[in-house]
Amino acid sequence: MSPSFASRSVTIVNPQGMHARPSDLLARKAMEFDSKIEIIKDGLRVDAKSIISLLTLGAECGTELLFEATGSDAEAALEALAELVKSGFAVQETNQ
Amino acid sequence: MKFTDFVCRDALNADIGATEDKEDVIRNLVSAIRDAGKIPPDEYESIVEAIMDREELGTTGIGRGVAVPHTKHPSVDKIVCAVGVSKEGVYFDALDGDEVFLFFLLVSPTDRPGDHLRALENISRQLRNDTFCSFLKQSKTNDDIWQLLEESDAGKYGA
Repeated sequence: MSPSFASRSVTIVNPQGMHARPSDLLARKAMEFDSKIEIIKDGLRVDAKSIISLLTLGAECGTELLFEATGSDAEAALEALAELVKSGFAVQETNQ
Repeated sequence: MKFTDFVCRDALNADIGATEDKEDVIRNLVSAIRDAGKIPPDEYESIVEAIMDREELGTTGIGRGVAVPHTKHPSVDKIVCAVGVSKEGVYFDALDGDEVFLFFLLVSPTDRPGDHLRALENISRQLRNDTFCSFLKQSKTNDDIWQLLEESDAGKYGA
């Protein structure tokens, strides 16, 4: 099966933005998929499977991020990541 | 936001030992902040506990030999950061499984998520530079650490 490409825009909704905890959750979720997954913001392109790279985006609440995935599970990967972001990382988000 | 904007010059430790575990390292760095007068001494335990609680939720070992243990706390009105360096590495349950050599411990005010995010952004951007990381790991004294932070802020490592 040839690799597919998927992309979508997602907005950060949790009030504290993408600090260490959300970045950790996002990276761990991204690592569940085989596809290469990148996140783009203001021309900066980072690997979604690397927490330290995600933190370099400094994405505050309200920031729109572009997600791109290439691979056999590209669509599924972006679906899962978009859900996580839209939920405000609510499952395990705390005030820390 | 540059390192010199939020790192406390008097709260650096170039000698974190390999025999220390995660809690030892955290206590060590919070002591440094307390001794530098940046937190009230009677809040020491409360801050250590808050940082340990945060670690329970998920390790702050973010990969590449770096950890960012942190908490928000009402006793500070501006972000405070201590930096520690361990030559041998400390097991921190990091995402990539590797040991941690560089610790940036952050205590942030409860109502300023933007500052906290800026600090994390700055730390992660500058630590993506391998040369900077490598030099920092080799710091022998607190002055070495500070000098490297200043150099990185000045763009010496291309960040």
